[in-house]
Amino acid sequence: MIDAYWLPVIFIGLMGLAVIVYAILDGYDLGVGILLPLSAQDELNRDTMIASIGPFWDANETWLVLAVGLMLIAFPAANSLVFYHLYMPVAIMLIGLIMRGVAFDFRAKAAIDHKQTWDRTFKAGSLITTLSQGYMLGLYIMGFEQSISAKLFAVLSALGVTAAYCYIGGAWLILKTEGELQKRAVDWTRKAGRTCMLGVVAVSIVNPIVNPGVFDRWFDFPLVMFALLIPALCFAAFIGNDFLLGRMPKVNDRHSWMPLLLVVAVFILCFVGLAFSFFPEVVPGQMDIWEAASSPEALTVILIGAVIVVPVILLYTVYAYYVFHGKATELNYH
Amino acid sequence: MLDTLMLSRIQFAANISFHILFPTITIALCWILLFFKVRHDQTGDPVWMRAYRFWVKIFALSFALGVVSGITMSFQFGTNWPGFMETVGNVAGPLLGYEVLTAFFLEATFLGIMLFGIKRVPPKVHTFATLMVAVGTTLSAFWILALDSWMQTPAGFEMRDGVAHVTSWFEVIFNPSFPYRLGHKLLASGLTAAFLVAGISAYRLLKGDTKRAPKMTLKVSLVIAAVLAPVQAFVGDLHGLNTFEYQPQKVAAMEGAWETKNGAPLLLFAIPDQENQRNKFEIGIPNLASLILTHELDGEVRGLKDFPDEQPPVAPVFFSFRVMVGLGLLMIALSWYGVWQLRKRGELPKWMLQGLVAMTFSGWVATLAGWYVTEIGRQPWLVTGVLKTADAVTTVPPANVGLSLTLYLIVYAVLLTAYIHTIRSMALKAVKIEDFETNEPVADGNLTNLGNQTKEVQA
Repeated sequence: MIDAYWLPVIFIGLMGLAVIVYAILDGYDLGVGILLPLSAQDELNRDTMIASIGPFWDANETWLVLAVGLMLIAFPAANSLVFYHLYMPVAIMLIGLIMRGVAFDFRAKAAIDHKQTWDRTFKAGSLITTLSQGYMLGLYIMGFEQSISAKLFAVLSALGVTAAYCYIGGAWLILKTEGELQKRAVDWTRKAGRTCMLGVVAVSIVNPIVNPGVFDRWFDFPLVMFALLIPALCFAAFIGNDFLLGRMPKVNDRHSWMPLLLVVAVFILCFVGLAFSFFPEVVPGQMDIWEAASSPEALTVILIGAVIVVPVILLYTVYAYYVFHGKATELNYH
Repeated sequence: MLDTLMLSRIQFAANISFHILFPTITIALCWILLFFKVRHDQTGDPVWMRAYRFWVKIFALSFALGVVSGITMSFQFGTNWPGFMETVGNVAGPLLGYEVLTAFFLEATFLGIMLFGIKRVPPKVHTFATLMVAVGTTLSAFWILALDSWMQTPAGFEMRDGVAHVTSWFEVIFNPSFPYRLGHKLLASGLTAAFLVAGISAYRLLKGDTKRAPKMTLKVSLVIAAVLAPVQAFVGDLHGLNTFEYQPQKVAAMEGAWETKNGAPLLLFAIPDQENQRNKFEIGIPNLASLILTHELDGEVRGLKDFPDEQPPVAPVFFSFRVMVGLGLLMIALSWYGVWQLRKRGELPKWMLQGLVAMTFSGWVATLAGWYVTEIGRQPWLVTGVLKTADAVTTVPPANVGLSLTLYLIVYAVLLTAYIHTIRSMALKAVKIEDFETNEPVADGNLTNLGNQTKEVQA
């Protein structure tokens, strides 16, 4: 049996995996929702954009349930503390999630005159969800400090996350669409990418300044040489992608998967950077993973299930993406 | 002014009541869809595929509502009931974890293939995907009811320093009330879906639909209801006896029994007066409650006064129980009469169709009433004998809870209206569409209107 030291480490790893997979997967479908153009002549584009995320969004959101579930299960004390501070943003995010999830399905079934309303609901719901997630991330990084500057930082973070989701949503659309819509997606992705980079720079500067522990950790010689590789790679991905997008779309749709791959790399690097800043604290400055963990017996029971089931989940997820590979316009033309 | 406890209780009740409506439909509806699909694969009769295509849209819509309202549930523990996981997290955590891992991902991932993949995968794989979604929804019910039953009749654990630790997972999962509750809930889902299918099919027939599909789905659903309704009465009775053994105060509230009696009457009507610990306007059948609960005319039924510190709110439990049982009896009567008429005449009289339309959402009402009986009947405990509801609640200020509750209530009211309205307009649309015989399976449940002009013709 694995002991009480390693179990919480494994579980924070699993939770981290769930969070980053959620941010990537639901990130692109939230981003597509935010990018949805609302003008009347764009109806066909809206249909295509929504068709591109149709078979996936449901499973994507399940990763959020898993992430929250893992925190609830493995770190109940942290869960209580976090959600005490995030009570209202969570409620608002949930309303956003509800709005977009149902708008998605209602739009196809509603009479034509209601379809526009559901499209607006879908866009608004996606935006509300994203903004509140970014806001919560900001509050979390600030250790739930009750100051104006912390709130301002959270607002900055909300905008940054929104740009990031637009970035990955746009990259998803470059992969899944073609023609005029794809050209617009390239444009959206490029703008979102630049905004996102500004956000990442801002957070990277503010974070070590307000959290002294973070500063020490990043600039601790000789680790600094290694640690700084993370932001270096991250910015390389940003800039490389920007150059690439300047040449898109290419003949025969070459490299249409590249932007998405680079954005995923950016997401992972940013996440690793955040994790590196705070590990092993589960609530910055207040609680580490060992203080927050459940009993080793309970964690072992879940771990056994997770070890068996998570690979199976990944397998059939890959299968589902394989089934729906190719351009979204092919989808739904029954 | 309501305090955080009461507001949180109302909010949890509102969230779970809204949420449970949709899984109650989808758990059984998915098995019905699988039946349509398999029948089509076996017989090649396109009418089964048309039935599948119409109902898979309603399934997709219900599923989406279930998913989004379910995400809300997963946050509620942390936001409003921190004491719950802190005290019994070692039990509840793994059960919830297994639900997410084994059920949620399975159903969510295969749902994509089930709804959109019909032309992209071989027919057998598509049927398999439908089966996986059905298995996923049922597995999800298994885990969540294991947890709910454990909260009612906890077993297989010990308390150390105020925290529950598991001693036997088998006893935790298969706790005393679990088999009854699981059976009762799955049957409730079957009845809810059956009456939904029957009601919408009857509505289509009343609106002049002459196609074969609604007639057939009407028949299938009535047969399902006629089989399940009496079984449900039987399982419900077993469940009641189990509750009588483990949670006598709940049964006392269901029966409106204040005094412990030998030969307790079955009350048909009464207005429980908790303040004065008695009933007003009591009408009952002598000795019947004792007979039902103990199988003896003068068996002892313990009264609420025996449990001065553990009395649940009596009136809601008492009335909800009567609503549930009344609807259950009505379901038996209607489904049996309907099947008998179909056998005899091959069709249903108009008043019967109208009756079925009126009963479309009767499963929802009965399910909610049943949930109120069992969950309100558990109060003041959150986990019987382990944790009181009042000790688990958050310290968030009441104004915040009030605000979030208001937002949820508005959203839920809008969604419920939109849901019922949309199902109605889908049924009306199906009536107008020309019948179209085809053997080729056509994918459906799509989320866009792409290609609808060609596709809708075949629905």
